[in-house]
Amino acid sequence: MRGVNEMSAVRLGKGDVAGFLEGLLADWTVVAPVMHDGIVSFRAITSGTEADLDYSNSAQSPKGVVLPQVETLLSCPCSSPEGEDVVEHTPEPGRVVLFGVRPCDARGIGFLDRVFGEGANGDNYYASRRESLLVVSLGCSHPLATCFCTTTGGGPFSTEGSDLIMAEHGDEYIVFAVTENGATFLSRHGLSKAAESAVQAVLSAAETSVAEMQPRVGLSILKGSLDGSFDAAAWNTLTEKCVGCGVCTYVCPTCHCFDIVDEVSGGSRVRNRIWDSCQFPCFTRQASGFDPRPTYRERYRQRFMHKFSFCTDRYGTPGCVGCGRCVTECPVNLDIRRIMAFFSEKRGEE
Amino acid sequence: MSRTGLTERIREEAARLLADGTVDVVIGFEQGSLPLRATPCFARDAADAGRLVWNAFCGNNLSRYIRRFDKRVGIVVKGCDTRSIVELIKENQVQRDNLVIIGVPCDGMVDEGILQGLCKGREILSVEEGDGVLVVTDAGRTMRIPRDECLHQGCRVCTQRNPVIHDILAGEPVQEQPGDTYRDVAGFAAAPPDARWARITGEMDRCIRCYACRDACPLCYCANCFVDATMPQWVGKSVGGSDTLSFHLMRSLHLAGRCVECGACERACPMGVDIRTLHRKVSSDVAGLFGYKPGMSLSEPAPLSRFEPDDPEDFMTGGSPCAE
Repeated sequence: MRGVNEMSAVRLGKGDVAGFLEGLLADWTVVAPVMHDGIVSFRAITSGTEADLDYSNSAQSPKGVVLPQVETLLSCPCSSPEGEDVVEHTPEPGRVVLFGVRPCDARGIGFLDRVFGEGANGDNYYASRRESLLVVSLGCSHPLATCFCTTTGGGPFSTEGSDLIMAEHGDEYIVFAVTENGATFLSRHGLSKAAESAVQAVLSAAETSVAEMQPRVGLSILKGSLDGSFDAAAWNTLTEKCVGCGVCTYVCPTCHCFDIVDEVSGGSRVRNRIWDSCQFPCFTRQASGFDPRPTYRERYRQRFMHKFSFCTDRYGTPGCVGCGRCVTECPVNLDIRRIMAFFSEKRGEE
Repeated sequence: MSRTGLTERIREEAARLLADGTVDVVIGFEQGSLPLRATPCFARDAADAGRLVWNAFCGNNLSRYIRRFDKRVGIVVKGCDTRSIVELIKENQVQRDNLVIIGVPCDGMVDEGILQGLCKGREILSVEEGDGVLVVTDAGRTMRIPRDECLHQGCRVCTQRNPVIHDILAGEPVQEQPGDTYRDVAGFAAAPPDARWARITGEMDRCIRCYACRDACPLCYCANCFVDATMPQWVGKSVGGSDTLSFHLMRSLHLAGRCVECGACERACPMGVDIRTLHRKVSSDVAGLFGYKPGMSLSEPAPLSRFEPDDPEDFMTGGSPCAE
């Protein structure tokens, strides 16, 4: 576990999690995995017992905590003259703890930071939510067959994007601080120090767990291959089963494209930022009616190349954390790992 | 005929159709990348045909794809899928002569979610189909589960397991289930309007508007779906409110008298939204009002494209037969 402070690790009994979260609720909004209607979602809980850490992963990623599907940017009353009484809706989320996310999703937030949070183009809506967020991740003792985090540069105990990381050890969690914010948080909550033997045991188990997940492909090989494959005929057959829905993009922890839409709601004109998907027909259709990405082929290629080529060029890291949601949820089982393997093996020669 | 037998038969027929040039492509299923998934396969030569399979997870309605081809297409389909092909032919979306339909008598498709529920969160590593049972191995143990207990809700009330139309029948016809009484939506239909509204809005609150339901549906083929229209924009793009509801309610009405209840929409949904109840209720209304069941006959006109002097018109003159 890179960058963790072993010396200050504390223990949190599995049976004490509910009480611990309950105690946080006075000062924090706690967003945690909650099981409802047969699926797991990240929700703001109202009671410590709602959180369910015994889960593999949530149906949707928790990216909505920093990038809500619908976010009101501006509004003004319908009755006001044009351009007057405009209110900017800068988020004021208070202190939020995102508790029990998988390390891939924490990395997903780390990725979104590069898109929205850094440099002159930093987004103040995103920044407001991000600055008030503490990320407590839960290392993966049992990665799923659909997981491929190590292939994209992460791992079942990756600490990127996390302030704290927890690791299972019998009937307790060993909690490590990753950032200063995380260390400060720990110091204020009076959890007892973890036994040295427990700390060493989870560090060693984490190493084993990482070693067991061998990367499936080499990212630089994949990128090199992709850069010569924009017009490869193989895209036709590789993407043929795609039905053009937006599942892969809407469950993804790193997909971040949005549309700005003016709507009327409850007597107000509102300007909303709403998730959009490169898989949708409206995404690139131009005013003339021309669409440079007219079919599923060009749209799927865009998503794939964005993740494994364009993002790497721009941010130095792929736009994929290997959570496996698009693998699990695609209605036609168009498995992104197979496309990765194809281009890694073929090196773009088709 | 056993599963292996069906798979072999489908492979043989597909290879023959491709070899003799009867079709350019056979759309079928191959083993997916996950234990509980079969995935669409577009076979173009004998080697491709050798990958085709038939198992309990061939849930996709492949007729979704046939409008993409303007040449001769072979397609592997279940009973419900042939019903959607019938509707597509009647709506002049595909030419019957361009299709070679490999019909597979179906004894229901297995709901992955039910199996996963039985395994209580442990990852399923493999599934084998025996005679009426599924042998499921998860991270902790191996279980033998009766196949009938794992079927999709829609498959449990299906009344057309055998293909309505076909050119080749892979396997012996199966026993059809009793006629449809829509008793599975009787409780919903009988509930007061407030309760029905609460049920539907509660379900749609989970919708993330990825449109997988629409895009998996063989009969949602509008070149420009109303939700994608921007001039004018008929429906807002927000989630969790009237816009989401508008999408689902308008879609269900647009499918009235056309939906064949194949369940493709519900299987595609990543959020487990119960879309089925809404469509089943509309289907029961169409059956009650017009005595029509979509996809059962190439010659019977669709109820919304014909007029009879004695068509029910209570909805215009007051009263609502649909609420009964």
